[in-house]
Order: sequence, then structure tokens, then C-alpha cells
Amino acid sequence: MFSFQPDRSQYPDIGPDGKFEIDLETGKFLKLWQGPNHPGITGNMSVELTVNGDEVVEGKTHVGYLHRGFEKLMERRTFIQVFPIVCRVCVPEPDFNEYCYAAAVEELAGIETPEKAKWIRALILEMGRFNSYMMSIGGIGGALGNGIVGQWLTYVRDLMLDRFEELTGARIYHMFILPGGVRAGLPEGFEGRMEEVLATAERYLDDTEKLLFTNAVFKKRTKGVGYIDPALFESYGVTGPNARAGGVAKDVRKDSPYLVYDQLDFDVPVEHDSDIWARATVRYRDLRVTIDLLRQILAKMPKTGEVMTSLPNVLHWKIPRGETYIKGESSRGEYGYYLVTDGSGYPRRVNVRGPSYTHAMALLEHLIPGTNIADVAALMVSLHTYPPEIER
Amino acid sequence: MRELIEHLTPRYSLGAPVFQRPGLTFVDVKRDKLRALLLDLRDKHGFTHLVLLTAVDWLEEGRFQLTYLLNNRAADQTLGLRLYLDRANPMGDTIHDIWPTAATYQRELREMFGIAFPGSPRVDEEFILEGWTDMPPYRRDFDTLAYSQQTFVERGGRETHEPRATMKHKLYPEG
Repeated sequence: MFSFQPDRSQYPDIGPDGKFEIDLETGKFLKLWQGPNHPGITGNMSVELTVNGDEVVEGKTHVGYLHRGFEKLMERRTFIQVFPIVCRVCVPEPDFNEYCYAAAVEELAGIETPEKAKWIRALILEMGRFNSYMMSIGGIGGALGNGIVGQWLTYVRDLMLDRFEELTGARIYHMFILPGGVRAGLPEGFEGRMEEVLATAERYLDDTEKLLFTNAVFKKRTKGVGYIDPALFESYGVTGPNARAGGVAKDVRKDSPYLVYDQLDFDVPVEHDSDIWARATVRYRDLRVTIDLLRQILAKMPKTGEVMTSLPNVLHWKIPRGETYIKGESSRGEYGYYLVTDGSGYPRRVNVRGPSYTHAMALLEHLIPGTNIADVAALMVSLHTYPPEIER
Repeated sequence: MRELIEHLTPRYSLGAPVFQRPGLTFVDVKRDKLRALLLDLRDKHGFTHLVLLTAVDWLEEGRFQLTYLLNNRAADQTLGLRLYLDRANPMGDTIHDIWPTAATYQRELREMFGIAFPGSPRVDEEFILEGWTDMPPYRRDFDTLAYSQQTFVERGGRETHEPRATMKHKLYPEG
């Protein structure tokens, strides 16, 4: 067992409140920026660390490197013109934006979605979740010295991008789920080609399990590290796999079923240790569930039927005054759109509730003090944050 | 949800509720009752999850709407509390001690809408914008088009399609 203890005899004294009085002039503290360009950071954000020896005593999240003012841009566009923008809010899993926006507009405008479109929407959302988890597990492998896992899973994700391209015509931003339904049905033979991808994914996941989840270094660096007290989940707005790793089976798909999730048979994986290991394990298990859900959706989906309702003339489309909130379970937790309309042809306000907003700001800043510099990257990656949805 | 609203209305002088759909309700609340209501909802009625806190700018009506969206997971109910603030001097009350994560929302509202939340941690620190001196950009009277025309230089040789006219031409080529 690793038993080295650093010599901390020359560290500054801890104050009566149990915290250091941080004074950079003493030479005992150092500012260290992790990000915005750093292999251990997820996307365009940075954490300003104050370190004392190898121990981090304070961390502040900085965002804004990717701010494009989406919510404001949407207010200047008609309801149909907003639809190509929304997916840009989140790069690795854009489809939740499309779904939440479309469902919000449909609710306020009183539009019914055809049954088959709901199935295709669920299919797209699960395909997006598949990709997002592949990036996440590959990322945590990469951050902890198992780069090969990242390479394998990026390859598998690429196979799923091929299916996205086949179905929607695009690999990253699909712009497929629009108010009223989806743009098209499934291409011929899609199910067979999807099955090939899923079978390949399972082979690579078996290897990942052997390489990553039985690896002594990975265990040593993740078990007991980055613990989130489940008592903090509600006060810090923790949702999704981060909460499920701490024994709370929060999942919008089960708690408040949308689309066709009430017709699908699945269990929500839960772990109890609430550390980095538990979060990685929950994601791995949930990815297996996603693969099963993709198979179920393709098997149960109606083979015929409309996929799009006719919309009013979209150039003169006005929606009565109202407000609504639509949510879904993304790979990181609760993703939601709050839409306010004022009776004109433009949205009055669109607010995107991304799970990273709470996870990477207040929660991360709360968790960082007391960690080792070397563990900050693993901690951040384990929270699975996508900065664009913080700054929008 | 109807029973809960009926139960809370006399005590907290709530406005007329809007039952948007089963599981989602909006109701108006007064500023002096907000804090007690939030604590009551969190501690006694299971609304433990602060989903979001955001603002809507009703420029024509001269007021900001703050929306506190709370969720009760066990009952699958979401409640939106709408609080109206005077647009000329918008001042909200911080709730970071009830939900620490609210501090981030309040910091964003301070920057993007210019709504003050005295006592909220780091509320005056820059959040997303850096060195911003103009009016808070998410207010309705901030003109994004005029701002970009003043700030950025038009690059020559680019053809710009006005989206509305282009779309009209594509959808209805006959006119």
C-alpha cells in the first residue's frame, strides 16, 4: 500500500475557523491556473487554484471563454429561426436542446406530436447519450493515465456518428428534432447497421471494463477521492449520474417520464460511495442501459405513421402569452428549457438549465478545497461538465 | 397541487395560479413573503430542488420578473414562483443561504440584467463578461445588432443574407 506522507511542518497555520488565511505575500501560497487550455479540463473553462504545497486550499471556476449570448440571440429570431441555434448550446450532446425547445414551443402553441416522432426523438436522445458517455468514460480514462480507453471509445463514438449522419445528415449538430416532430423517418436497413455498432460497442466496453475498472492505479486514484456528501445534493442542485453515484436514484426518465420512456423497460443504476469511482461506474452501467434502450426503441417503434405535423405559416407564427418548463434526463443530469412567450412572433425569454451550471460552479468550488493538485483533473472530469451550457 | 396552492394562498398572499400542465404550476408571489414561502416549500412540502432562477424583462410594463422554479421529485411537481421587481431600481433578496447554488444564478442576473442581490457571495465579480461597461446585455433595450455594428468591423467581400427574406424566398418562391 502507498504510504508516503509529505512533510507539512513548514505549512502556514490554520486559522480558528479551520481555514487558511490566504496571503500570497507570505510566499506560502501559489496561484495556479488549471485551464482554459489544459488536458485535465473539460472544455473551455478554467479553475483558479490557490495551492499550499501540493494541497489546494481554494478554487474558483472561471467561465465565459465560449459565451455567445445564445439566449439573447434567440429573442431576435422567430420561433422557427431559433431551432438551428439551440443545438449549438451543447456540443457533445446537442439533441436535448432540440428536444426541450421543440417540446416547449409545441406546448405553448398547442401542437400535438405524432406517435412515431416521439419514438424517433427518444432514439436520437439515447444515441446522443451513448456518445456523451463514450466521451465521458474515455475522458476519465485519459485523465487518469489510461489514454487507450479514450482512443477506443472515441472510435466507437465515431461509429455512432456515422449512424447520426445516416439518419439526420449531420454528425455533430443534427437539427433533426424540430417543433412538430422530426424531419424524417428511419432509412432502410438502419436497425441492422445500428445493431452492428452496438455489438462493436459492447466488445470495446468489455475490454474497457477489464482495462480500466480492474486497474490498480485507477482504483487507487478514484476510490474515496472526490467524495460528495449526499446531504449536499439538494442544496447544490446535483442531478443525474452525480446524484445516482451517491445512492439517490434521480432520473427524469423515471421520475417524470417524457416521450416514450414509460413504455420502455429499464432500471436506473445506482452506486453508493459517491466518489470518483462510483461516478465512473454509474456512467459505465448507464451506458450499458442505453445500449439496451436503443435496441428496445428500435424493436418497439411503430413501423409506419407520420413523423411531422403540419405547422402554421412559420413566417407569421405567433404564440400566445405563456410560459413553460420542459426537462429531460441528459447524460449529465436534468436538462431543461424555460420558455416565455408574449404573443408576438418572437420568444420573450429562453433560459437553458444545463446540469453543468450547478455542478461546475458552486459544487466544484465547494469540493476543491483540501484536494491534492493531482486529483483536481480527475474530480472535474468525474463531474462530467460541459462549459457551454454554463455560459450559453 | 391545487390543494397546496389553496392552502398557501391566504398565508402568503399568492396571486392567481396558472396550471400550465399536470406537474407544472406558476404562481405570483410578493417580495416580502418570498423567503418564508421558499423555506416553507422546502422544509414542509418537499420542494427541495431549486431547478433554476432566472429573470424575464417586461420592458413595456416597466418590471422584471424573477422566476424561482422549484421541484418536488417524489410528487413529480414543479412550481414556478414569479416575483415582479421595479425595472428602474431592481433589487432582489439573496437566497444563497437556502440553496448555495443560487449564488451563481444571482451573480449571473446581476451581470446580465443588472438586478442587485445584496449579500450574495461574490455577486459583483465578473461571471461571464470581462471588462463590460455597457448596459447589462440581457435587458430588452440592449440592441445586439447595433452593438456588433459599433464594435466589429464588417469584413469586405462577404454576402449577407437577411434571414427572414431568404427564408421567405425559399419557402414561398412565388411570393
